[in-house]
Amino acid sequence: MKVTFTVNGRPTEADDVWEGESLLYVLRERVGLPGSKNACEQGECGSCTVYLDGDPVCSCLVAAGQVQDREVGTVEGLAQGDTLDPVQQAFVDAGAVQCGFCTPGLLVQTHDLLNRAHHPSDAEIREALSGNLCRCTGYEKIMDAVRLAAARKADARDAAPTGLEG
Amino acid sequence: MSPQTTPWIGAAAARVDGPVKVTGTAIYTGDVALPELAHAVLVQSTIAKGRITDMDIAAAETAPGVLAVCTSDGSLGIGRVASYYSADNGPMGDGRTPLSDAVIHHHGQHIAMVVAQTLEEAVAGAERIRTRYRHQSPLVRIEDAIPQTPPGREDIVRGDLTTGLAVADVTVEAYYETPPQHMNPMEPCTTTAHWVGDRLTVYDSTQYVSGVRDALASAFGVPPANVRVLSGFVGGGFGSKGTVWPHVLLAAAAARLVDRPVRLALTRPQMFTSCGTRPATRQRIVLGAHRDGRLTAIGHDGTSATSPGENVVESTGGLTSILYACPNVTIRQRIVRLDMQAPTFQRAPGRAPGSFALESALDELAHELRMDPVELRLRNHADADPSSGRPWSGKHLRECYRVGAERFGWDPADRTPGTRREGDVLIGTGMASATHEMDPGPAAAYAELRVDGTAVIGVASHDIGTGTYTVLGQIAADVLGLPPERIIVRLGDTDLPEAPPSIGSQTVAYVGPAIRRACEAVRDDLLAAAVADPESPLYRREIGAIEFGPRTYVAELARIGEPSVSAVGHHHPDANSRYAVHSFGAHFAEVAVDALTGTVRVRRMVGAFDVGRVINPRTARSQLLGGMTFGLAQALMEATVIDPRRGHVVEPHLAGYHLPVNADIGTLDVLFVGEPDPHISDLGARGAGEIGVVGAAAAIANAVFHATGVRVRTLPITPDRVVAGSAVGG
Repeated sequence: MKVTFTVNGRPTEADDVWEGESLLYVLRERVGLPGSKNACEQGECGSCTVYLDGDPVCSCLVAAGQVQDREVGTVEGLAQGDTLDPVQQAFVDAGAVQCGFCTPGLLVQTHDLLNRAHHPSDAEIREALSGNLCRCTGYEKIMDAVRLAAARKADARDAAPTGLEG
Repeated sequence: MSPQTTPWIGAAAARVDGPVKVTGTAIYTGDVALPELAHAVLVQSTIAKGRITDMDIAAAETAPGVLAVCTSDGSLGIGRVASYYSADNGPMGDGRTPLSDAVIHHHGQHIAMVVAQTLEEAVAGAERIRTRYRHQSPLVRIEDAIPQTPPGREDIVRGDLTTGLAVADVTVEAYYETPPQHMNPMEPCTTTAHWVGDRLTVYDSTQYVSGVRDALASAFGVPPANVRVLSGFVGGGFGSKGTVWPHVLLAAAAARLVDRPVRLALTRPQMFTSCGTRPATRQRIVLGAHRDGRLTAIGHDGTSATSPGENVVESTGGLTSILYACPNVTIRQRIVRLDMQAPTFQRAPGRAPGSFALESALDELAHELRMDPVELRLRNHADADPSSGRPWSGKHLRECYRVGAERFGWDPADRTPGTRREGDVLIGTGMASATHEMDPGPAAAYAELRVDGTAVIGVASHDIGTGTYTVLGQIAADVLGLPPERIIVRLGDTDLPEAPPSIGSQTVAYVGPAIRRACEAVRDDLLAAAVADPESPLYRREIGAIEFGPRTYVAELARIGEPSVSAVGHHHPDANSRYAVHSFGAHFAEVAVDALTGTVRVRRMVGAFDVGRVINPRTARSQLLGGMTFGLAQALMEATVIDPRRGHVVEPHLAGYHLPVNADIGTLDVLFVGEPDPHISDLGARGAGEIGVVGAAAAIANAVFHATGVRVRTLPITPDRVVAGSAVGG
């Protein structure tokens, strides 16, 4: 079958997709976006987390056909050109990246968390990221990164002109 | 050359590979795109012992997209590779040649391989294979097997254990059990192989590119120079990628067979039977001590599981021989042969399970003596290496205890178990010592100064998540007087000078000095030529007095008309050092145990470590935090369950094999206590990769005892074990 969808804002077509293929497979093997990682193939580890119509999902559990006419966002789409998203920058600055294999999924999940909660508590962060396994860091630096990203985004909101649009 | 101090050593530099990793553009083995790439999928045995009597591959061979189906008939022509553990000391983790005969040695053994145009077609083809077996009953449980002395391994005996126990005022004897564990790096093992004529290029997720090269050369009868192995980014290893496992050879064989590049990625379930395990152990510890706490006797008997054909020993008693001063010590190591794949070294091999037993037993002794466990350890501090009599190259373990206890808020007076309760939870604290040595591997490295003011350094080492790219760049910056952003670091390529595997906490400790030698050589060669050249503005200057840096290099290279100059440096750790080289540390843990359910939660941990000079506190701290979390997982969660009758892994996936998630972790803190080690190398750095694991499980187990009065001697400390202990009164 043919699947037509949007990836990181770009209209995309995948031909000859077998019905059993996952979204993760299509992204990695057909669309040339290997940033999302295949680490467990059963939705346990979160390494393949992407946005589907704005909601974070494990792309290994989404059948390719389900994304027809929908919008997918991957780790490759977080940065604006050469400017890293505040979440990406915070992961670099806080030292929250080690081997990097879980990182793409964690970034998307954190990005989503901070869109929903501007000042998440530590307990909220730990809960929100508990679908993302990391074997290297021990999570402390990831916590630092999420707090840092939240603080920077708050600063940016404070600094931005407000009220003009009512 | 007079030593110059730069800000780069000791700087908490951000990871240089951070940007590519957060943008999804770091290329791991499974991301390598090659034209005409085909995919191989492995079929694995569903029995643990016996023979294949029949395999029907007709339906697989005619499945869409299938290029080849390989069975266990030996027709792939893979030659023998010496076992890592044999006297040949080759790099293989499994001594048998894959797909070479019909004999089944373990559940999950590779028995067939399907190569197809796409991964999905290969999977579909593999599912069409039907196999018949003649079953035999596998030997699965340690208790059912007869312990053997590992070949070539002698007991460690100092003084006389019986005498030491006879003179003791107090003795403690206890048995401890640890389960098999799987490394489960987030990246499953993956190999991409590509032949052009008799030249082979392999992208492999490995901790040892040179070992993979040598194994492939041996297996396929080509010179090592014909094989190039690349491993630029590795998604974690923890030992599972430290040796060469059968799938690596099979990927290369498949690529040769279909004459196309082939990728072979293990699935997560296959990771439980294809790349080693930390084997199960059974340990007995007996301690004797005077009333004042001084040890008179330590006996440590460890039995670990291995496969029928490989003599892998999980050396649980290794740290027991060096950690405490004691005149009478006997350490016995035994193996039992079970029908399983060859085990291998998992992060902190031997010491992770060994320290759980030894450091739990120390706590049991402290309790018998009514003594603060920190004080007990201080009274038995080994001022020199008890196993060899050699002085330590550097040891600040006393400070680890002191600084860790202070930061943690350790209360030596509060040692009565089961006295602190907050609502429904019982609170307890525990501590343990940590130590780890480094495998002293010789390393060579390359350094190049370029006329554009940059430098390149390279070594066939790896960044398995540890920060090698960043830290080696800092070491080079220090020697060359260049900022790290002008230094390009190349790793994971057998075209680079050879380094040891990225195992055994040795990379910074021993590859770091090789980088120094290479950088010094290229810098000094250039400067020496300059001071000898009447045309140079540096003519007849004293080299040591020259302020070198990018401008000097650029000017000299431009003047002599060379785009670059390069040099190779070597570092050979002193095999006959008069010093014993170990890292040291101390863990402190606080747990909250649900009084009703027995559920244990680690609220906080403090680890204080002496790892010599810390090159980059940011990456080192992350290593140690990750190590402590590894230990927490060992204490409370991790266990591979093997079916006792059929010998298969009961739940070979990340839903069944429990790893900690973010919400399982409390507050972890790491303190650096040591100072540069003057005797390991002029870099002064020791290993930090594994020591964070050692002792962490014991500190947690000891805290559980303090909270509840229940001594859990079997890992992991699951609620049922805590509750069962309560029922029998601890």
